[in-house]
Amino acid sequence: MNETLFEAMKQSIIDGEAEDAERLANQAVAEGVDPLEAINKGFVLGLDDVGEQFGCGEMFLPDLVLAAEAMKTAVAILEPELAKKGTAREILGTVVMGTVEGDIHDIGKTLVATMLSASGFKVYDLGVNVAIGAFAEKAREVGADIVGVSSLLTTTMVRQRFVIEALDDMGLRPQVKVMVGGAPVTRDWVAEIGADGYSEDAIGAVAVAKRLVGK
Amino acid sequence: MNGNIKSITDPRLSLDILSQDDVQRLHTATLEIIEKTGVRFPSKSALEIWEAHGATVDHDSMIVKAPGHLIEEALKKAPPAYDLAARSPEQDLPLDGNHVFVGTDGCGVEVMDLYTGQRRRSRLQDVGEIARVADYLPEVGFHWVAVSAQDYPPESRGLHELLAIWQNSTKHVQTESVYSIAEAKAAVEMATAVAGSREALRKRPVLSIMQCTAPPLGQDGGSIDAALIAAEAGLPTGFMTMASCASTGPVTLAGNLAVGNAEVISALALIQLAYPGAPVFYAAAQTAMDLRTGAYTGGGPEDFLFGAATNVLADFYNVPLSMGSFATGAKEPNWQAGIDNSMSTFMASIAMSDMLLGVGLLHGSRIWSYEQMLMDCEIFDMVRQVMAGIVVDEASLALDVIGKVGPGGNFLAQKHTRRHMRQLWLPKYMDRRPYNVWEEQGDGARDWANAEARRILETHQPEPLDAGLAAELKRMIKSVETAVPA
Ligand code: B12
Repeated sequence: MNETLFEAMKQSIIDGEAEDAERLANQAVAEGVDPLEAINKGFVLGLDDVGEQFGCGEMFLPDLVLAAEAMKTAVAILEPELAKKGTAREILGTVVMGTVEGDIHDIGKTLVATMLSASGFKVYDLGVNVAIGAFAEKAREVGADIVGVSSLLTTTMVRQRFVIEALDDMGLRPQVKVMVGGAPVTRDWVAEIGADGYSEDAIGAVAVAKRLVGK
Repeated sequence: MNGNIKSITDPRLSLDILSQDDVQRLHTATLEIIEKTGVRFPSKSALEIWEAHGATVDHDSMIVKAPGHLIEEALKKAPPAYDLAARSPEQDLPLDGNHVFVGTDGCGVEVMDLYTGQRRRSRLQDVGEIARVADYLPEVGFHWVAVSAQDYPPESRGLHELLAIWQNSTKHVQTESVYSIAEAKAAVEMATAVAGSREALRKRPVLSIMQCTAPPLGQDGGSIDAALIAAEAGLPTGFMTMASCASTGPVTLAGNLAVGNAEVISALALIQLAYPGAPVFYAAAQTAMDLRTGAYTGGGPEDFLFGAATNVLADFYNVPLSMGSFATGAKEPNWQAGIDNSMSTFMASIAMSDMLLGVGLLHGSRIWSYEQMLMDCEIFDMVRQVMAGIVVDEASLALDVIGKVGPGGNFLAQKHTRRHMRQLWLPKYMDRRPYNVWEEQGDGARDWANAEARRILETHQPEPLDAGLAAELKRMIKSVETAVPA
């Protein structure tokens, strides 16, 4: 009976229509559909489909980002319902992301954050020009598994080290993993500052994050 | 003549890329964006200047909305032409609309080592060595700081880089790596020392400053503050938009041009409001995001179109243009690099962009390659020859020689041939040898460019910087370092 609703949910994600996704999520709540089923049998399948089409070159990044946005809208409506039932959506892990202080490069960090959340991570995107301490504080506040630090400038890349030190000072290391990225970041640099992983693109970042949480 | 520096001048080719109507529509759209949507200026001094001139300023969002007439009036005060001065005056570069000069690309983060071929992190020594090679090459008119001195402290790095270039070259220096108040002040002080006095610097600015805007529709606070300090001292100051189709700008080219234009002209207007008549330039390196990876492509038809179209805009505002050309996305000097850099340079040149940035970097302005640098110079030299066009006059029609040789025969033994043969272009790195020679030697452009770069580096002795002056500049850098708490 819910099959048509689930199918419409899937399609709303494939189409990247946040308004449709919102309407369908609300409809599910109104009709008393199990929110976890709505996510797993409806919306998530749309995201999988988009991921596949992206993988074989039929869809492009804007499709992916629109799908992820639509997904976010739906989940925002369904999550409180899950909480009411005392359940939660299974997530792969919690990630705090940002571009470090003094640096306003936004696109790469945002793509990584989007891909992570589309892949099942809970992501807190702190934006750009983020103070060193703010990464560590947010990580503690939300119980992050991973902190992701983006730096596109050689002058701000040095601050990736400071983020690791700040996490250390709060006693959050080595439980909280750190991954880094951005134009000047190299494998050598990652080893030098003792970060746990890095990637040169967003798809790779998902693989690294999965590895870091043991998934 | 600009010393031995090669430039494109008196072009015989032209291109109609935007009609008068198109330009007018882009301009009107831009003013509408600045007035209705606004541009973000996260700098206290900038917001105060805007407010004092009657723009609407929201201090929380730091968004400025300025009426069209304010922008238009301000831009009218910008000088249409001026010189970029060099340490040796015969290398001064007139930005007068009739010259195209090439610089090195800037702010690379890695270097393909000239001797080992290995990729490694960039350091101060590289900055000086690249400057020395650039000093020698006639195709290079001025310097950007080609790579970053990552072995020096971040707060004074930009200054060490300037000194390294001045120590290795007499040509004009333009920096894109000074974007804080402290560094800008010190850079102005250093340039003053090189020029001799504040007045001398104003007359002959040996340093110019390029800042990036922050697309979409924003500025970077540190960059704006640094530009204001430079402009106050009379240093030519430019703003570069990098708005990318589909990520930091609309996916459509016209929309992307309008967004970038709003960023650049609002910044130039700010400088004119603060320091009327200060030399400024338009700068752009727009592109399209790669749909698959999100990468900044640094090549492709969209880039090439932007390269030519932007100059029409800069001409409309009557200010010089610095245009991103070269800067391929290729990972090594290869087919892709050749196409990207030839097409972008041709399109920016045919529109007579005043400055082209720049030679030498690969992988979207990240990896320095001396081989690429020399091959880029060859690309420019070729484009330069193309831009000279075809001269039709008595000597070039050569009717008498044609008559003499007649049907059959050949022109090899004609004096006319010998007289004019050096007008034909000769490559340094293109392989025109017989097949078997190529097969036996097994070498090519990259090897020859590598050998030439080594030869220049090992033999070229640029005119040194006066030892006393160098010591003074070092002291100035030190003062910035000691002012910063560790
Ligand atoms: C676009 C761009 C800008 C735009 C950014 C617009 C925006 N809204 O984001 C603007 C114009 C604002 C800009 C400004 C400046 N820029 Co800039 N910029 C670039 C450029 C061309 C592309 C960056 C980009 O968006 N790439 C596309 C995205 C998708 O890729 P990405 O950022 O690399 O991210 C991917 C990976 O790196 C990785 N990743 C990124 N972050 C993370 C984090 C984690 C945890 C992980 C796992 C992975 C990961 O995954 C991402 C997705 O695939 C680069 C050159 C380059 N090719 O990288 C220069 C570059 C980074 N900029 C540079 C410079 C110098 C500047 C300025 C200082 C110039 C100036 N004087 O004003 C200012 C800095 C201002 C500031 N305080 O930050 C230099 C830095 C080099 C250096 N030596 O430090 C570069 C390398 C270009 C150059 N050679 O000049 N820039």
